[in-house]
Amino acid sequence: MKVGLFIPCYVEQFYPKAAIATLELLEKAGVEVAYPLKQTCCGQPMANSGYEEFGQGASDLFRENFAEFDYVVCPSGSCTLHAKEHILSNKEGEPKLYELCEFLTDVVQIKELKSRFPYKVGLHASCHGLRGLGLARPSELMVPDFNKPLHLLEMVEDIDLVHLARKDECCGFGGTFAVFEEAISVQMGKDRIQDHQEQGVAVITGADMSCLMHLEGLLRRDKSPIKVMHIAEILNGQEPELKNQ
Amino acid sequence: MKPAPTHAAAAEEFLKDSERSHWHDETLWHVRSKRDVSAQRIPEWEQLRTLASQIKDHVLSNLDNLLLQFEKNAQANGIEVLWAKDAQEHNDHVLRILEENQVRQLVKSKSILTEECGLNHFLEDKGYDVVDTDLGERIIQFNKQVPSHIVMPAIHLKKKEIGDIFHKHLGTEAGADDPKYLTEAARQHLRQKFIQAHAAITGVNFGIAETGGFVVCTNEGNADMGTHLADIHIACMGIEKLIPRAADLGVYLRLLARSATGQSITNYTSHFHRPRKGKKMYLILVDNGRTKQLGREDFRNSLKCIRCGACMNTCPIYRRSSGFSYNSTVPGPIGSILSPGMDLNKHSTLPFASTLCGSCSDVCPVKINIHEQLYKWRQVITKEGPPQTSKRWAMRFGGQVMSKPRLFDLMGKMARKSLSISPRGFVYNSFNAWGKHRELPEVPKETFKDWYRTNRNDDK
Repeated sequence: MKVGLFIPCYVEQFYPKAAIATLELLEKAGVEVAYPLKQTCCGQPMANSGYEEFGQGASDLFRENFAEFDYVVCPSGSCTLHAKEHILSNKEGEPKLYELCEFLTDVVQIKELKSRFPYKVGLHASCHGLRGLGLARPSELMVPDFNKPLHLLEMVEDIDLVHLARKDECCGFGGTFAVFEEAISVQMGKDRIQDHQEQGVAVITGADMSCLMHLEGLLRRDKSPIKVMHIAEILNGQEPELKNQ
Repeated sequence: MKPAPTHAAAAEEFLKDSERSHWHDETLWHVRSKRDVSAQRIPEWEQLRTLASQIKDHVLSNLDNLLLQFEKNAQANGIEVLWAKDAQEHNDHVLRILEENQVRQLVKSKSILTEECGLNHFLEDKGYDVVDTDLGERIIQFNKQVPSHIVMPAIHLKKKEIGDIFHKHLGTEAGADDPKYLTEAARQHLRQKFIQAHAAITGVNFGIAETGGFVVCTNEGNADMGTHLADIHIACMGIEKLIPRAADLGVYLRLLARSATGQSITNYTSHFHRPRKGKKMYLILVDNGRTKQLGREDFRNSLKCIRCGACMNTCPIYRRSSGFSYNSTVPGPIGSILSPGMDLNKHSTLPFASTLCGSCSDVCPVKINIHEQLYKWRQVITKEGPPQTSKRWAMRFGGQVMSKPRLFDLMGKMARKSLSISPRGFVYNSFNAWGKHRELPEVPKETFKDWYRTNRNDDK
């Protein structure tokens, strides 16, 4: 099983800890992972803005980079979904794309984690992973309940997971939406944070760093003590950087 | 409220009154929650959605023949069937019917189609007094507004504001905001109008090809009150509102009210087949851009819509920006995929008023892939819509950087460097929309690539 690691462009540049945690987590699970160094981005920012054609170069590069692998794993539901829908079409001989949580749950079928996280945690359900990839049952659908990211978090020792009033409402990031519809984007983010705050969380986690980047931006501007961490960091047993708590 | 040119600007304006926007969000979220509870009680909910979607697939693929069958059966029942290729023809038909029958007073139950056609203004210009009899529509008619929601047209107004409107128009006590008192006043007022009316206009929720009959759903019984008392019934129907058989109706009736408000069924589900003795019934079948939309492969499914409004109630953007921010007859997610087909330039910002979260597609009772169509409209708009030079340039540049790994690494390094050495005021300038209310991420010491080269990679 040859597994290639795809790290989203902004994670590569701004959130290396999430990427390192992803790699270590996969290695600990006994997966042999390679990270092709010539990778950039899946092209989603261009495509979602209506310029699919300008994302074509990035798509071609993605295909080239991962042609030799059986699986591509990515710690982002959104980038995985975009690549699944617009780059790799699940044809015979093409690598199979997985978001990290679904790869650990469905392919590795992980049964236990040796990590501890004694903090109050709110799980943010990122939309593309949730509704696009089916990482969990969206609250709209009347199907049997399941939740892959939550299932993984529940394996972490001493973790205190909270229940949110709106368990899967969008945070308002939405890529370039965050900039072009700034006012709504910010309000949606604030409303999400308030839900977590009311449950008294120390950390907000999720399977998409982009949503967390948006929420972190708001939290830090507000000088809130709440931290954001990618789910891989918690699963990998990283400590949160809680200052003077 | 005067509509703003872009959705983003209108949304920003609405959000300035944070108490109201929060109330609006909570109110509609409550409706969405009631929908969830109601849908949960139907074990076969997802099967129903699939079936409803498939039946509509059949309708859209056979619309020509089904419409002819519908017309034939309706005519055999004694209904006069008229065809309208656009809003103008529709309005002209209505006017002609009113003139031919010497109607002066008319009542109307809720019909988004007549809103789409601008019927009220058209008739008012000709000197007719058009009375909307749906409570919400009557309120906004008094207030000279258009519906902000297709099921709850006055949802943007609070009780107190409705009290003020009624005080002005119906002479209720100043400052009264008791819903019971206010609705009673509306009831008495509308009773008079019903009794005086010579013609009643209704919309159509479902036309049944097999029987030539049609169904109108209301919660207030106002469609029935109007049509029972008036001599003339004019029903206005979009050509996509068709279903093949009477047996299919149950599928939609079970989905419609549950999706809309969480009720198991609308209070009044009225079946019309033929005019009563001595009375007349007209049915106007309206195209107004629908065949064009049917011809757009990527967007034809939008015509499956049964106008339940569930996508509005669930949309986190609609809830926080209100219906007016869309500046289109049908607002919200479904409006954002229908309206660009009517006027691409006017509605060019609507498909971007979404994070593509997909909640709309998941609540849709007929499984319209709304968020995927939003994505597809974006691709159309950047090519055929109003030019956006700077955005286009930025995206082209971004695309070039992302297609060249070395350039990407270099640009990343430069960006990270400049972010870490620039003074705060330089980074958080007025062009930095991200930074208006948000911090940018902290710049880490090294990228993942740097770390990987040091810690894992053997050959570099």
